[in-house]
Amino acid sequence: MAPADLLAALFPEGHNVTPGAENTLLGTAIVANESVAVLGITDATPLSPEIAITLAGFVLDIIRAGEKTPIVLLIDTASQRMTRRDEMLGLNEYLGHLAKVITLAGAQGHRTVGILYGTAAAGAFIATALATQTLIALDGAHPSVMDLPSIARVTKLPLDVLTEKAASTPIFAPGVVPLAAMGAVAEVWAAADGPLAPRLATVLATSSNQDTRDVLGAERGGRKQAHDVALRVAAAFLKPASGEGAI
Amino acid sequence: MIPKNISKAASWYESSARDRINGLLDHGSFREILGPEAGVISPHLALFDLPPAFDDGMIIGRGTMNGHPVAIAAQEGQFMGGTFAEVSGAKLVGLLRAATAAADTAQAVSTVFLLLDTGGVRLQEANAGEMAVSETVRALLEARSAGIAVIALIGGRAGAFGGGGIVTACCSHVIISEQGRISISGPEVIETNKGAEEFDSRDRALVWRVTGGRSRALLGGADSYVKGDVASFRQAAAVTRNTLPDFSLATLDAEQKRLEERLNAYGDCRDTPEIWARAGIDDPKNVSELSDDAFIALLAEKGHAHGAR
Repeated sequence: MAPADLLAALFPEGHNVTPGAENTLLGTAIVANESVAVLGITDATPLSPEIAITLAGFVLDIIRAGEKTPIVLLIDTASQRMTRRDEMLGLNEYLGHLAKVITLAGAQGHRTVGILYGTAAAGAFIATALATQTLIALDGAHPSVMDLPSIARVTKLPLDVLTEKAASTPIFAPGVVPLAAMGAVAEVWAAADGPLAPRLATVLATSSNQDTRDVLGAERGGRKQAHDVALRVAAAFLKPASGEGAI
Repeated sequence: MIPKNISKAASWYESSARDRINGLLDHGSFREILGPEAGVISPHLALFDLPPAFDDGMIIGRGTMNGHPVAIAAQEGQFMGGTFAEVSGAKLVGLLRAATAAADTAQAVSTVFLLLDTGGVRLQEANAGEMAVSETVRALLEARSAGIAVIALIGGRAGAFGGGGIVTACCSHVIISEQGRISISGPEVIETNKGAEEFDSRDRALVWRVTGGRSRALLGGADSYVKGDVASFRQAAAVTRNTLPDFSLATLDAEQKRLEERLNAYGDCRDTPEIWARAGIDDPKNVSELSDDAFIALLAEKGHAHGAR
């Protein structure tokens, strides 16, 4: 979906979102009579240090304004940009910084919602879409960790064998359906199901202070162990050791 | 001649994850959680005819450091490259969430030590591993918000790659040795995607100049540079806990400025000696040849020490 069409579909009450540097979007929109901040990355652009720092700067400005404005992040990126220069300059710090500021916004009372309308992969997926409190995937979105040919190369399995295995488990295959089974994607919105704006208003009106993606992954059967393991660890950690004196 | 005490010193790089834990914490204080006897193994490796490990390459628990209660997690880089996967990741996420929940209780810890040794996400469990990284980031930042220091220690064979690089950057403090490497896309991945002219992964000196501990420390991507023995890691870990940045708007504003300035100052450089020359380092090509002592002295003079992380 083109950004202009997406913006029109999400914000029929009006918006002033405009393209910025480095294939970013920035502006505000009205949803259910309330102002929301909108930022984005478009055109399947690989996430570079420049884009990460630009987006992070937008988020920090929104937090600093002190209005607790909800933030909608529109995502069509690729993976992190793969160059020697970016890694030399500490790309991990730029992506980590972006994930941190989005997480800080959520922690400081901004509702953060990611809308994945294109691709997102690997580290760029973690630093953008997966850093929001709630991730929505639209029809045609294509999230992935790594594509199957690359996984085939690393695992040294023929691509057809890997493709066959992917049919029986969501654990490594790219796409919205397997990642929704993990709990990564809260909702998948199809255009055929009606207008997007009321759905966005509903999501923005819901609060989400806790990370429950592992619970969702267990409910959907994609990650049967993660939540249970995390609970067992916490129970053991919080239990007083024998002889330490009970509380 | 190598002094006796040096030749006997245990190397962080050569040590197993368990040996690193035992060398870092007070002697005999480590209490493992969900250890091998619990038999919590990856449910997915059988699909690939791969043998599981009874700790899934992630060792977690609590112990003490100079008598103070701490939490600790160590990746075993020798098992599946120390990768983030469903079980290994959930153990780490569970530990970080528990540390936050324990704040202000009798079970409270001051610090979580992350002994990263990872190639990133385990591709056989790519989607679960990706979620584990994202959930680790969230849980780590919640621990920092609760006033708990999260300290990364990096100097293992696998480095801190992929999602491990992002997790590193989210910690309150990063301790690294010369052998430590931090990156997102590894040199092999960049070479496969963009060609050897972009990044020749067989040029080991180049790989170290770009991703290695000395470059990360000089540029500000790591905060403490230590010699490669376990005792030096312990010494740095013990002294860094009290002065760490909180997870706040002020800290991230400062980090924004720090990272913008780095791009402005060095964004057109192609290799680290160009950066060091611009930073005013004499003999910039010689940085990797210095002794650890000489490098530590150089770092004190020319490094980018900061509290913006």
